[in-house]
Amino acid sequence: MSVLTVSELHVWFELPGGRELHAVRGIDFSVDAGERFGLVGESGCGKTTAMLALMGLLPPNASVAGEVLLDGENLLVRGEESAAPHRWREIAMIFQGAMNAFNPVQTIGDQIVEPMELHDFAEGKQALARARELLEVVGIPGDRVSRYPHEFSGGMRQRAAIAMALACKPKVLLADEPTTALDVMVQAQILELLIALASDFGLALVLVTHDLPVVAQVCDRAAVMYAGIVAELGSVDRLYHDPRHPYTRLLFAATPDLYGADAVGSIPGAPPRLDRELIGCPFAPRCDRAFSPCPTVTPRLLEVEPGHIAACHLNDHAVVAAS
Amino acid sequence: MTSAIEAAEAPEAPLDVRPGFLRSKVLRQPQTIAGLTVLVLFVLIALLSPLLAPDPKAQVGAVFEAPSGAHPLGTDGGGADMFKLLIAGARVSLIVGFAAAVVSALIGGSIGLLSGFFGGKVDTILMRFTDYVIVIPDVPLMIVAAALFGRSLTNIILIIGVIYWTTTARLIRSQVKSVRERVYVKRSRALGAGNTRLISKHVLPQVAPLLIANTVLLVAYAIFAETFITFLGLGDPSLISWGRLIENAFTDDALLNDAWWAIVPPGVCVACVVLACMMVGQATEDSLNPRLSVGHLSVRRFGLRAVPRREP
Repeated sequence: MSVLTVSELHVWFELPGGRELHAVRGIDFSVDAGERFGLVGESGCGKTTAMLALMGLLPPNASVAGEVLLDGENLLVRGEESAAPHRWREIAMIFQGAMNAFNPVQTIGDQIVEPMELHDFAEGKQALARARELLEVVGIPGDRVSRYPHEFSGGMRQRAAIAMALACKPKVLLADEPTTALDVMVQAQILELLIALASDFGLALVLVTHDLPVVAQVCDRAAVMYAGIVAELGSVDRLYHDPRHPYTRLLFAATPDLYGADAVGSIPGAPPRLDRELIGCPFAPRCDRAFSPCPTVTPRLLEVEPGHIAACHLNDHAVVAAS
Repeated sequence: MTSAIEAAEAPEAPLDVRPGFLRSKVLRQPQTIAGLTVLVLFVLIALLSPLLAPDPKAQVGAVFEAPSGAHPLGTDGGGADMFKLLIAGARVSLIVGFAAAVVSALIGGSIGLLSGFFGGKVDTILMRFTDYVIVIPDVPLMIVAAALFGRSLTNIILIIGVIYWTTTARLIRSQVKSVRERVYVKRSRALGAGNTRLISKHVLPQVAPLLIANTVLLVAYAIFAETFITFLGLGDPSLISWGRLIENAFTDDALLNDAWWAIVPPGVCVACVVLACMMVGQATEDSLNPRLSVGHLSVRRFGLRAVPRREP
């Protein structure tokens, strides 16, 4: 049974001048307890927006549609009223750049205590003791609770940010670019920590990143997002060995190889603008295998094998045969 | 940073739950000790003045008698003991100084905080009001207010407080505007914190050092303002303050009589109190802002030094 199920999630931003930006265009995925799910894509494809929508933390000019089921309960049905009771207590998020979001004049402990106090989870000495415990969980000596952020290194601050997200014992942890701006050694440690947390506490982990090797190292399954839609979704193993969407294939080809056998490829062009209606496959102009229906007909998400879906006309035999 | 290393080696150090102010090194700095000593001394003198200098206005000697064993600071234009007058004057000057500064800090701090934090219409209304108060000339307003409300101590405190809050308000507003946009304030909002909590937990501690430093300056201004209000004859005529002593010396032509002891000591007292406030204020600011105490490039802090070149 999935802890988190997202279906037909849409997010629009109202722009000045009455225009609208359709940032997330109907994405579906689900995550089980203890499972590690990756959300990959290039900048501006809607990864972070989708995660913020799950938390109900979008700016006032945004509107949302679709379903976000947390243990079967829809968080989007009554806006803030239905999202607020679950936020942080059941679904928590490590924000992009969270390690730089500490108040310099408050101790780390006081700041980890904050979400607990705000959500009536614990307070006073009990909360501080839990903060100490949480620091130990993420691998920081507990006596550092009374230290200030500037006394922590970047990696330690990121660990503390993870501890803060775990403060109210959530079931789902959304991690937005948790290793960006960290060096590879620290990055590897943080990823190991996230893996351990998911298995030790049965956390459903959603890892948002543009870094494919990170996904390959951490996640069981992943979704590749492009221009606000899910282009392909499947187990990381299948995505890597048998990508069924040209974007996934080109993305993996653009990752440097340890043995340096192949030249690193690049995908020409840029993602489409999202402030206008898209016709056909959004990837068509950059695709190396585009054919006649691509620019005009929107591809359907097809199951190419059990648990592996892709939105590409190449998988649709009827379309291929017709053109 | 030896303490950090020691802390790492002693894993089960007890939780330090004392408030940050006491935990910090503020009370161990020489300037705090010096400033606090002076302040405490003056406050004690002010509190004990009825015992130390009973009936200070009594005539005890000739007019402008030079300092001697009996009268260490001589006498004033009325033949009263200057030393006793000085002790008696401390009371009013300190009360006016601190009380007016607190009134200013409260008004200015709240207006700046609300204006900067909420922005928009609240900001526009409060800041236009502040502008309005700024353009009113201080001294005529003080004269009018003193004439209208009567020449009492409370009125002087309120008048000074109500006139001097504008700079504080502007200063705090601009600082709050910058703090409000910082990531940790946004993070706290995302965690579900309301305005009250955001202001008290994140914004106020960030602007507090500025408010304290500014209040300390206001103490100085307020003591000066009390001096010139009294000098203009608008103070409570029955009370002795350092301002009144200077005024008396002026009206009694102390300078023409070469009576430096009638003018210099009150001035020195004002200067000492102001300096002491500054030292304490600065040390407090250091302790409220833990970043200042590290200084990423601070050589002394890490026990580093320029290594002398060694010949092989």
